[in-house]
Amino acid sequence: MADRDMIEVKGLRVVAGAAHGPVTEIVKGVSFSVKKGEVLALIGESGSGKTTIALSLLGYARAGCSISGGSVRIGEVEVLSLDAKGRRALRARTVAYVAQSAAAGFNPARTIMDQVTEPALLHQLMTKEAARAKAIALFRALALPAPETIGERYPHQVSGGQLQRLMAAMALITDPAVVVFDEPTTALDVTTQIEVLAAFKKVVRELGTTAVYVSHDLAVVAQMADRIVVLNGGAVKENGAVAQVLDAPVDAYTRQLLAATRRPEAPSAALQDGAGQVPPLLQIRGLSAGYGRIGRDGVPAVRVLDDVSLSIARGSALGVIGESGSGKTTLARVVAGLVDRARGDVLFNGEPLPAQLSRRTPEQYRQIQIVFQNADTALNPSHSIADILGRPLAFYHHLRGAAAKKRMLALLDLVKLPASIATRTPAGLSGGQKQRVNLARALAADPALILCDEVTSALDTVVGAAILDLLAELRRELGVSYMFISHDISTVRAICDEVIVLYAGQRVEAGQRDVLAAPPYHPYTGLLVDSVPELKPGWLDARRHVAACKLPAMGESAAVPELCSFRSRCPVRIDGICNMTPPSLKKLPSGAEILCHHSAAELSRLQNLETIPA
Amino acid sequence: MMSQPDHHVPHAGTELYGVSRDELVADIPADMAAETLAADTATTSAPAKYNPLQRLVHRFSVLGLLGLVMVLFWLLVAFVGPLVAPYQGGALTSTEIFGRYSAAYPLGTDYLGRDMLSRILYGARYTVGLALAAAVLASVIGTFFGLLAAVSGKWVDEVLSRLFDALISIPSKVLALVVIAAFGSSIPMLTTVAALAYIPGAFRISRSLALNLMGLEYVQVARARGEGLLYIARVEVLPNMIHPMLADFGLRFVFIVLLLSGLSFLGLGVQPPNADWGSLVRENIGGLSEGAPAVLMPAVAIATLTIGMNLLIDNLRRRSRSHGDA
Repeated sequence: MADRDMIEVKGLRVVAGAAHGPVTEIVKGVSFSVKKGEVLALIGESGSGKTTIALSLLGYARAGCSISGGSVRIGEVEVLSLDAKGRRALRARTVAYVAQSAAAGFNPARTIMDQVTEPALLHQLMTKEAARAKAIALFRALALPAPETIGERYPHQVSGGQLQRLMAAMALITDPAVVVFDEPTTALDVTTQIEVLAAFKKVVRELGTTAVYVSHDLAVVAQMADRIVVLNGGAVKENGAVAQVLDAPVDAYTRQLLAATRRPEAPSAALQDGAGQVPPLLQIRGLSAGYGRIGRDGVPAVRVLDDVSLSIARGSALGVIGESGSGKTTLARVVAGLVDRARGDVLFNGEPLPAQLSRRTPEQYRQIQIVFQNADTALNPSHSIADILGRPLAFYHHLRGAAAKKRMLALLDLVKLPASIATRTPAGLSGGQKQRVNLARALAADPALILCDEVTSALDTVVGAAILDLLAELRRELGVSYMFISHDISTVRAICDEVIVLYAGQRVEAGQRDVLAAPPYHPYTGLLVDSVPELKPGWLDARRHVAACKLPAMGESAAVPELCSFRSRCPVRIDGICNMTPPSLKKLPSGAEILCHHSAAELSRLQNLETIPA
Repeated sequence: MMSQPDHHVPHAGTELYGVSRDELVADIPADMAAETLAADTATTSAPAKYNPLQRLVHRFSVLGLLGLVMVLFWLLVAFVGPLVAPYQGGALTSTEIFGRYSAAYPLGTDYLGRDMLSRILYGARYTVGLALAAAVLASVIGTFFGLLAAVSGKWVDEVLSRLFDALISIPSKVLALVVIAAFGSSIPMLTTVAALAYIPGAFRISRSLALNLMGLEYVQVARARGEGLLYIARVEVLPNMIHPMLADFGLRFVFIVLLLSGLSFLGLGVQPPNADWGSLVRENIGGLSEGAPAVLMPAVAIATLTIGMNLLIDNLRRRSRSHGDA
């Protein structure tokens, strides 16, 4: 029996639609099997049916869907033939589920320990004391800080990455034979994602759990899984070992997915050397901004941006990289005039740009356009696409009637959308289409600068890659400049000429795009670069050895506000310097400017040391 | 009485949805906005694929149509009721009190022997007119100030919010009593009082709706585009909050009918011999034990009006949601 598969799915079919109405087949006869102790990855873009398949392992179909055929066997149990009671027992002991959004999965009014031990207590599998002891052991195994006491906290008192690990603890407390991970790291920052992935991998290996890992990110899957099943449109495109799928993909769709993940770097756009005479399109000097009450010294209560400087030449693209909370979005909003700045100058076309929206000229409004991350909320649901695109045309260019219509169709064509879309409302569009409409609306103004705030983050790999291609093409054809904000280094490298790295509102590094390619760089940039999963199995394990080393000890910090903000996480911090004196601006051989106490040679030595074992 | 059509209604309703959704996806929001805002939309009219009646039938489900018919019926009665009433509203016409249904008095007679049908037809003017006017007034004023507060922000919001907080802290019935005791009961006074009592609630709801919408990115885009506050309020925010506000309007309408009936009960509402439906129920309450139509019929009138109004509004809302899913 030992070599019999733990999970066996045969010809699974799931349909959506009313009982008598027309049905849509979401999953079209999917078959795969997972051996005991193996980790299988289900990969595909949104709508490929990966979550639906994962949920069917629990014998569950979402509202409006129903499992119409096939069989799912877990261990000795035929899941689909179970009654409600049997399914409940199955979910109690055999299969556990880790959802994408841990924040939504926890009840904010109860302590973490109560919730983590709940499955065990609810199904009366162990005593309260035993469950607590088990939970603490799991917290330790998942490398959570203070495993004995973290259970006493409430969900809002721990970070997102920790919450995700706690969710895994909740799933694992009943010793399930199978765990289903449904995109557990998609909503996390790269640096957090690494920690969570490492913890998951360790605990799955230690407990010998069979796992199904659902993701859209090939690089993540390469670290976690033994086998990969590639899904598209509800059907299996490829099923094989990780190395085979990554190195010798058989299916065309897999190759497309791989190509979208391994983005080649765009050739550097030739910058005009004569840029000396022409002032840069946008220049920011010593910008500070924040939220809350403005204090007597003119600084707001919560400072989000601190002394940030940058410049964007006409026709070039600047990438702004940082984790969530680093102030990237605030930077875009300050430039757009949606957030007031506390200090600093913003020059647009060499002229000062008023901080307040109401004091800007129509021309300044027109030339700066912003495109938001979330395409769903960026389009007014009660307007048609024609109205949405028509408004900036009427507002800025006073185009109406036939002329406006002609221009609108040209815009739709520019972003590669069919003209028939104009009469629809945003609800009838896919995520990628909505983001294209967003772009078209920005382009309708005929702007000089487009502020792109995480425009591809909410999109699938392949769709996101198409948007990036579109952005690059528009830049070539129309000569617009971008401020491209992202937490994803590879997308920034794909489209930008220059980058700045923000950490906690400070610009820790600024330079040409190539500064990200090799050390030396600022320690934080180093952390970011190293945290991007590579499309290579075993990368995570190698990296874990590096990450395992402790941070150097550091004493109390001096009460100087300008100290390096990264010092609490910096792997190369120096006691007595980093916590005492503010760092100064240094120039690296690559041309990049960094805010660090280390010299270029030192950083180079330290960072090469770090990367060699990897 | 209603059970027969009820069986078929939901099914027919859903079927109708399916048809209209496919064919009218594009021009529904424009039309609906135009209809609900009536005054200030600048949306283009839909291409005339159907004649107006067909379009109307397409836009509503059967339940919504039922609601529309009921509301329109009572509106019509409010206007022409006195003209078609068989007797003068306050005339004593029969010696029989709490009379049963008969050819001469289709809905029986009341506690003084007056014709009930005529009483209800005359009363429609007060109930529908007064309550509707007060509800419209309360909702429109509340929505306007709520929107103004949310869009302007800063001190405008503070001032308006505190002002309405002060108003909301006075119990509506007590306020009504004091005002009417001071100024006497008249139709404009009753309308004003009822509206005043329900403006703060409408303000609160519309402000919170608008505030949520103001944080959304399409509003941010409009602000960054340099749009004025008026445009943002009118085009970006209002259409997206109109449906919850309409639902709120339906609720408020029912409350106002109840408030006016309550005032009538205390003798401060519509003054005898005139009577709104609430007072009709009250003055004939003695006939309840005899099962007199005099107490039943005004209650049925109130029920059909409020249910009709709510069916109509619920349906408007559901229509837009199913459109959103499409």
